[in-house]
Amino acid sequence: MTPSRTAFAALLGKDLRTEIRTMRSLPAMVLFAITTFIIFRYGLDRTTLSGSLAGGVLWTTLLFAAILGINRVFVSEQEEGGFDAFRLAPVDRTVLFTAKAAALFIYLSVLELIVVPTFAVFFLPQWSGLLPLILVLVGANLGFAALGTLISSMAVNSRARDLLVPLLLLPLVVPLMIAATGASAPLLEAGAPSYEEFGTWLLVMGLYDGIFCLVGYAVFEFLLED
Amino acid sequence: MTEVENAVVLRGLGRDYGDLPALQDLDLDLPAGSSLVVLGPNGSGKSTLLRILSTLLRPTRGEATVLGYELPKESWKLRGQIGYLGHEPLLYQDLTGRENLELQGKLHGLSVEEANHRIDMDLEVMEMSRRADRRVNEYSAGMRQRIAICRAVLHRPKLLLLDEPDSNLDPEGRELARSLIGPGEGRTRVLVSHEPERARAEADAVLTLDRNGRAVELAS
Amino acid sequence: MSGRNLKALSTATVVILIIGFALAIFWAPLDADQGFKQKIFYLHVPLAIVALIGFIAGGVEGFRQLRSGDRRHDANSYVFIHLSIVFGVAVLVTGAIWAKASWGHWWVWEEPTLVSFLIVFLLYCTYYPFRYAIEDRDRQARYASVFAITAGAFVPLNFMAVRMAESIIHPRVFASAEGSLPGSMLFAFLVCLVGVGLLWLTLVKVELAGKQASGQVSRLRRALSTDGQSGSVGGRIAPEMEAG
Repeated sequence: MTPSRTAFAALLGKDLRTEIRTMRSLPAMVLFAITTFIIFRYGLDRTTLSGSLAGGVLWTTLLFAAILGINRVFVSEQEEGGFDAFRLAPVDRTVLFTAKAAALFIYLSVLELIVVPTFAVFFLPQWSGLLPLILVLVGANLGFAALGTLISSMAVNSRARDLLVPLLLLPLVVPLMIAATGASAPLLEAGAPSYEEFGTWLLVMGLYDGIFCLVGYAVFEFLLED
Repeated sequence: MTEVENAVVLRGLGRDYGDLPALQDLDLDLPAGSSLVVLGPNGSGKSTLLRILSTLLRPTRGEATVLGYELPKESWKLRGQIGYLGHEPLLYQDLTGRENLELQGKLHGLSVEEANHRIDMDLEVMEMSRRADRRVNEYSAGMRQRIAICRAVLHRPKLLLLDEPDSNLDPEGRELARSLIGPGEGRTRVLVSHEPERARAEADAVLTLDRNGRAVELAS
Repeated sequence: MSGRNLKALSTATVVILIIGFALAIFWAPLDADQGFKQKIFYLHVPLAIVALIGFIAGGVEGFRQLRSGDRRHDANSYVFIHLSIVFGVAVLVTGAIWAKASWGHWWVWEEPTLVSFLIVFLLYCTYYPFRYAIEDRDRQARYASVFAITAGAFVPLNFMAVRMAESIIHPRVFASAEGSLPGSMLFAFLVCLVGVGLLWLTLVKVELAGKQASGQVSRLRRALSTDGQSGSVGGRIAPEMEAG
């Protein structure tokens, strides 16, 4: 068997190299997110946001931008035979899951690196809550990456890929979104950020991330068989 | 692998897709080092047979032993010892030909030097060296097939499973491909073909399947 | 399951359900705050509990399907989830009626259990389009099992998160319904719970028997068609059963 670390690095490198070369996922996600902010600005008729309203707008936008990326996670594997090439190699099947989840985690982090500062410039009167917000973003990205990879691999071999990803994903991320908005709202409060229940919500996210990393890791190989 | 006389042993092998049987009651012994050509009309289960032998597809019924490994129980041990060339070239369109081969080398656990050495050699053989650094989506179908052949043999498999390997290749390409995937040199090959005459010329055994995926003839 | 057993089971179900509802309506004391309206609790809560157990059991069967590759577990998983969704509709309707009667609104966001149930219900509703989008029968069984396991793990997690959000953001106004029941209320409730559980079990048996019959019919049809090509065509959501 090929060492899992070698295969992981090869697959992750392949994905990142392809994305840098074709720019197929990330720019679309960024554009989508920024345009959504503008729609919220008029939909809510606000020029500044704070507290739970700010958290709600930010996380709704990030969630839907993430779905764009999640839709595409396995498209090249499905359309260009990458699944077969991988299945023919003497590699542990779950390596594909971890490599794809890692790639998705990186995409989401880059997305947030651009979109969250934009959000702050657009709507936030003061930015001191942004530093602790990074922890919340990382926690949510882990959950998105694990669950998104699992859902994407379930949907990509069906006849209704684009429809099924959001349909399956949205109810499943409700707890994650509850925790993310719960932790973000006090941070984005006008005036000084507060850390009310911050640790509790991070704990919930950690539990959620742990459970779905384990579930995805355990069931993934059954999705690759034929 | 312990030395096995028969590279492929099938007993009552069958595969269904839903209710439809694609392959039925297949018995076969293929000695190591010989070539088997599989003939038959469209939909007779030729590609299904290859996919089962390659571990990509599980059999529904019967027993299959490939290179001494029982499928599907021991298929994880078999992977890496088979070279599979299917209808699809299994190449990423946005990577170059060389990058695709490098990825293949890493997935099969080759060291970078060893992989690069083989890649240079095989590209030379297929006369693709000059064009290997262009992206696959700029290739013609024939060039894709040439890279796909390099991909199938890069890890130096013991058993070659070839599904119409000549498709899209010009006469020159076919001639070049012989040295990588042709008969002889101790290669064990299972080859799906639509050309009975040419197939018989280079086969040690010919298996003919009918429209229901049953063997009608097994000739040596 | 033989016809006689099924008949005995359905008779027991009807008898226990009637006893349970009679106890709930005529024997259990009226609720001090809510009066007679509260009686819907004896239907709503057992339905919800049985539906949730059914969802989880569907996940367990999905796990067994992946472990064994035996399509019978997929059939079980499908039937469990299917009936729990049907029960789920009843849960949401009775919940809305209770909310309207008690608080004057058809929907109350402050009731975390009901909100959680809605989220779980919405997730399981995607089980049908998901199954339908996969054609190959073996793959359908495997993918549906993965769904059942993932969703099964999600159920408790979701209840925890929604409950926490409610207690952190809005300290609870309504005491949990199952909190401290008088003995007679609890007894009537338990009888109702057993009755609804038996109802679920009866329906499971009926549907599995139906699956077996349709599986046999299509096998016979296949055997009759001589060329072996004219099997049934088209996507099928529900799995068929091999003769058990």
